[in-house]
Amino acid sequence: MPIEILMPALSPTMEEGNLSKWLVKEGDAVKSGDIIAEIETDKAVMEFEAVEDGLIKKLLVEDGTQNIKINTPIAIVQLNDEKNHKTTLDVPLKNEDDVHFQTPLPEDKENHAVTMSKQAKLGSSTVEKQKEMIEDPNSNTIKQSVREAIRDAMAEEMRSDSEVFLMGEEVADYQGAYKVSQGLVDEFGNDRIIDTPITEHGFTGVGIGAAFTGLKPIVEFMTFNFAMQAMDQIVNSAAKTLYMSGGQMGCPIVFRGPNGAAARVAAQHSQDLSAWFASIPGLKVVHPYSASDAKGLLKSAIRDPNPVVFLENELLYGDVSKVTKSTNTLIPIGKAKIVQSGSDLTFVSFGIGIKHCLVAAEILQTEGFSIEIIDLRSLRPIDKEIIINSVKKTNRCITVEEGFPVCSIGNYISSLLMEFAFDYLDAPVLNCSGKDVPMPYAANLEKEALISPSEIVERAKQIL
Amino acid sequence: MTVKKTKKDLSEITLTNYYKQMLLIRRFEEKAGQLYGMGHIGGFCHLYIGQEAVVVGLESVAKKGDQRITSYRDHGHMIACGMEPKNVMSELTGKHNGYSKGKGGSMHMFSKEKNFFGGHGIVGAQVPIGGGLAFANRYRKNKLLSFTYFGDGAANQGQVYETFNMASLWKLPVIFVIENNQYAMGTSLKRASSTPALYTRGAAFGIPGQAVDGMDVLKVRAAGLIATKHCRTGKGPFILEMNTYRYRGHSMSDPAKYRTRDEVQKMRAERDPIDNLRSILVKRFKKTEDDLKLIDRAVKAEISEAADFAINSDEPPTSELWTDIYN
Repeated sequence: MPIEILMPALSPTMEEGNLSKWLVKEGDAVKSGDIIAEIETDKAVMEFEAVEDGLIKKLLVEDGTQNIKINTPIAIVQLNDEKNHKTTLDVPLKNEDDVHFQTPLPEDKENHAVTMSKQAKLGSSTVEKQKEMIEDPNSNTIKQSVREAIRDAMAEEMRSDSEVFLMGEEVADYQGAYKVSQGLVDEFGNDRIIDTPITEHGFTGVGIGAAFTGLKPIVEFMTFNFAMQAMDQIVNSAAKTLYMSGGQMGCPIVFRGPNGAAARVAAQHSQDLSAWFASIPGLKVVHPYSASDAKGLLKSAIRDPNPVVFLENELLYGDVSKVTKSTNTLIPIGKAKIVQSGSDLTFVSFGIGIKHCLVAAEILQTEGFSIEIIDLRSLRPIDKEIIINSVKKTNRCITVEEGFPVCSIGNYISSLLMEFAFDYLDAPVLNCSGKDVPMPYAANLEKEALISPSEIVERAKQIL
Repeated sequence: MTVKKTKKDLSEITLTNYYKQMLLIRRFEEKAGQLYGMGHIGGFCHLYIGQEAVVVGLESVAKKGDQRITSYRDHGHMIACGMEPKNVMSELTGKHNGYSKGKGGSMHMFSKEKNFFGGHGIVGAQVPIGGGLAFANRYRKNKLLSFTYFGDGAANQGQVYETFNMASLWKLPVIFVIENNQYAMGTSLKRASSTPALYTRGAAFGIPGQAVDGMDVLKVRAAGLIATKHCRTGKGPFILEMNTYRYRGHSMSDPAKYRTRDEVQKMRAERDPIDNLRSILVKRFKKTEDDLKLIDRAVKAEISEAADFAINSDEPPTSELWTDIYN
């Protein structure tokens, strides 16, 4: 019986991948466990094994094919024993219904589908597929993924300043757990791209000590969930020493890595800690959304003489947008930006929240509402002025963030607006946040726990 | 009659200088205790009395540019590395001319000029930072090293072992100085440590260690010479366990219920580092009581001046509340 081999999901966030190389050809016999292809995911190049014994009947995609959606048939295998009963893993040809359960989508499908179709209309800034730097010869910009933008920011700063170095788990030889530091060790060597043991508390302190002497470390946390092991060093040592030393000893360090929910990794690996860090005097905190902001803000962070917590989002790493070619374009920390202007309601958000806001605003626009979206970009210092001025114009505000609802960034913005824009408000400020629960694993529960465009639309309609 | 000198013997001037240094620390701490009692010093205040030989002995083997970092029991380290007693005292009293403009206090003081990296209030937190100072030396390829001090209590903190691992793995030039004063607050070493031989705690990471009589400044110095040679020749970290004793309580509010008065008295009578060096000066160099009194008086005068300076200085202006948060 011939079965289809489908493009597999090889990481929790993978939606599509590249078939780097077939290691078999048509007519080859394969056994279960044989490596038949190399597949490039959003994180790494992975080997892909046969799960059945049989004969490769047809290869449906060629070597080097890019952006193959998961569950797309990539080969047909003739099973050895024609009389085999169909097992749950066998997917007969042309049975579309069965195709899906072999490799279920790792993410919230329905919500994501909404996101993608809505955003497709919004143009280049939000939804383009990840591509390697596409250059327009007539432009001063290139299209780049957030992942590439972060890497370039680090590489450019390391080229211009020998005191900048990167340390963290798997940043060098593994080429980055999320491929952010890919290629850096080849250019800068192991003295400046430093693989650490899995020892967050320790290596964070080591980085801080190095920064006290004037070096400029970039400390990568594989994810910020693990930064909690190092919280004492970040808060008590990095943030406070300038003050405690009467201005003598600063800590020019960047702590960076993915923050917030990933996909289906549950409570200990999915949480937004923005508000924790943002509450600490002595730290600066940024959380960019676009590739351009990621690059410009990271360059500012590396040059900043203070400790900067640079929060990224795993689900945004692959998003492509325009980035300037200049190696000296910095985006100042502490300045928000208006992503789109509107007159009826202001959304204030940051990081992946902007993605949801853009979709929600598009839906509301079809119903005749004009939405202004502010991307905070920096959470400490926070750009109060831009929020207050916007609300004075729109008279309504919804804050959107993935973090927990208690003592959130949104709570702080609400208090700001009560104090400085009370007379301009035509409705209560609403905080749209992640639910007040540890992140569940089950797909349906996870979807419930997260913010979504539809929830934002629903909340907006309560006050419009 | 002259004393026969061997090559290894230190000169009279050098030993007299160690004596002065130790005495300066002791008188400073006694004065700090007094000022605390009078309400001039607030909060937590941890005195170093009894442990003076450790910092004085190790500072005698430090080179210009070497870094030092320690816990909150830090007054002795600061005076030993050349920071001004009057500005340390000013900091203790929360005055504008303290080393941290009055914003750090007893536990959090720094001197960029003297490469003193604090003064850290969280038990053990200074250890990875001290490793980071050594990391910076290696990164810059200089021959400097980091003296990273911590107590027997901190020796049970996880981050100490995380640092041991990286320091050994990366051959960092750091001397881990475990000041074993026998008590972590009120918990004796035996009640807190499964293996009380703290100098062996690096064995699992391949870090050599040595137990040292921390009440004898010359033995401290001798061990320091071995450790610094090891570190400066690129062999990686070294552990020195200084067996010492703190005469006073953990902090000023110590109830002293966990040890007997006799135990403290015995230590003072038999092993006091200052008395021991004093008798060497008398026996070997024929210093007279008058010679030594001269030194004692000079030290007392300096400390008294430091206290007056601190007491009579102004508090920081309230505008200081908002400075030094960001560079």
